[in-house]
Amino acid sequence: MSDTPVSEMSFEDAMRALEDVVNRLEAGDVPLEDSIKLYERGAELKAHCQKKLAEAEEKVAQITLDKDGQPTGTAPVHPQ
Amino acid sequence: MDLFEDKPGDNAPEFSVSEISGAVKKVIEGEFGRIRVRGEVGRVFQARSGHLYYDIKDDKNVLACTTWKGQIGTLSVRPEEGLEVVVTGRLTTFGAQSKYNMNVDEMAVAGEGALMAMLEKRKKKLEAEGLFATERKKPIPYLPEIIGVITSPQGAVIRDILHRLRDRFPRKVLVWPVAVQGDRCAPEVANAIRGFNALTPGGALPRPDLLIVARGGGSIEDLWGFNEEEVARAAADSDIPLISAVGHETDTTLIDFVSDQRAPTPTAAAELAVPVRLELLAWVEAQEARISRAGQQMIERRRDRLRDLSRVLPKPDALLFEPRQRLDRMDDALPQALIRLTERKSASLAQLTGAVRPAMLRTKVTAARERLETRAARLEPLIRQVHDRKSDQLQQLERLRTTLGYQATLQRGYAVVRSGDQIVTDASDAKKAAELEIEFRDGRVPVGSGKKSSTKAGRSDPSDQGSLF
Repeated sequence: MSDTPVSEMSFEDAMRALEDVVNRLEAGDVPLEDSIKLYERGAELKAHCQKKLAEAEEKVAQITLDKDGQPTGTAPVHPQ
Repeated sequence: MDLFEDKPGDNAPEFSVSEISGAVKKVIEGEFGRIRVRGEVGRVFQARSGHLYYDIKDDKNVLACTTWKGQIGTLSVRPEEGLEVVVTGRLTTFGAQSKYNMNVDEMAVAGEGALMAMLEKRKKKLEAEGLFATERKKPIPYLPEIIGVITSPQGAVIRDILHRLRDRFPRKVLVWPVAVQGDRCAPEVANAIRGFNALTPGGALPRPDLLIVARGGGSIEDLWGFNEEEVARAAADSDIPLISAVGHETDTTLIDFVSDQRAPTPTAAAELAVPVRLELLAWVEAQEARISRAGQQMIERRRDRLRDLSRVLPKPDALLFEPRQRLDRMDDALPQALIRLTERKSASLAQLTGAVRPAMLRTKVTAARERLETRAARLEPLIRQVHDRKSDQLQQLERLRTTLGYQATLQRGYAVVRSGDQIVTDASDAKKAAELEIEFRDGRVPVGSGKKSSTKAGRSDPSDQGSLF
């Protein structure tokens, strides 16, 4: 189990951690006290994953360039 | 022309060098105009001024070519030694060196075969540098936050990518507009890759954590910009993971070899870039279900186990049954054991006492007695011998005594005078003595009574002998 707080985990790490928790719980050889901790961690990881999935926002911008090809800012994109 | 034909010789007109040089230039430029020449690029030299000098050759001849600095931008390929090209331009002369050459303003690779040959050459070169190595490839982030797309801001490609992203997992997208064909393509794409990498995370322009370089299908010439070394090197140097999606599935450009992942189409690039959100949501739900199922099963399993264990747990009575039985058996066996022990002990006692029988003692005593008798029998003659020898000695001594003693003297008529116990040898003593006794051969006579000791005649006292001397 990594020491990274769940709230700072990337989606992928949280996903992997969640899968690990589930596998260990399903294996059923975890002592009861530990399994309660695992259970709580699983719930936390799940909430984090769901939060990450909820943050699905589309935002498209086009970079504006000066004459030397250096970026100056962004402009909205409207591809037809 | 007439002049030469009519009268060759002395009357021929005389030109200055510059005149003839100018005339030749006029003829050459006028005669050929704008032409196309096919050949292989030979030596290439770019002067410090920026002008390009190179040769186009075939197996016998060489054509010197120039492309001025200002013209280079219009070339669709840069001259590269060994490349089969078709150059377009005008023939001209360089009078200062008595040379003619071709000013080239357009260069095209001569056919696909030649293009592919050049691409192979570049590929070998970059591969030799290790730029294609698998260990250089960076993993594509599972769920990028910001995706940088390098492509034309118009057209189907960016539309397809944005659509597919929206379907799967809407993300923040930064589009860096570039020319995707022509001579501006390669430098712009390379600049865009470098430009995205130069952004700082969290800056005004956020740095993407994934790049997609995309272009739709086209001819090999259309796609050629993505075969340029400049583009391939920029992609190889990118710290941000990069997906290349240039042309259709069958088109492979140089950037595909150095990118971290190659997508067959722009749409496929979007699919590689993000997972499907709904699937992930379903997956998370499934995990939750698995967790609660596992939790339930865990409790059930433990409850079952507890029940099983308590079922096989023996009753206290049953636990005592066996020890109690054993105790009874011991109790029974104890007296028996005691008796057996006594028996065993008396048996060994009997064995020991058997060794001390009276008969044996008797034998020993008899033997000792016999030994004693034998020895006693041997002792008797010895004692007798000793006794005989001693009595012989005694008789001898007796004889000697009687021979030497005073009694023998008495036989010869001598007498012994005594006063009491004292021997009287002097007459003076005899006169003083109150009573005297005279011993003769056959007894003693007191002088006076003189009869007292007559019976004691012959009796001798060895202690009296000393008085004789």
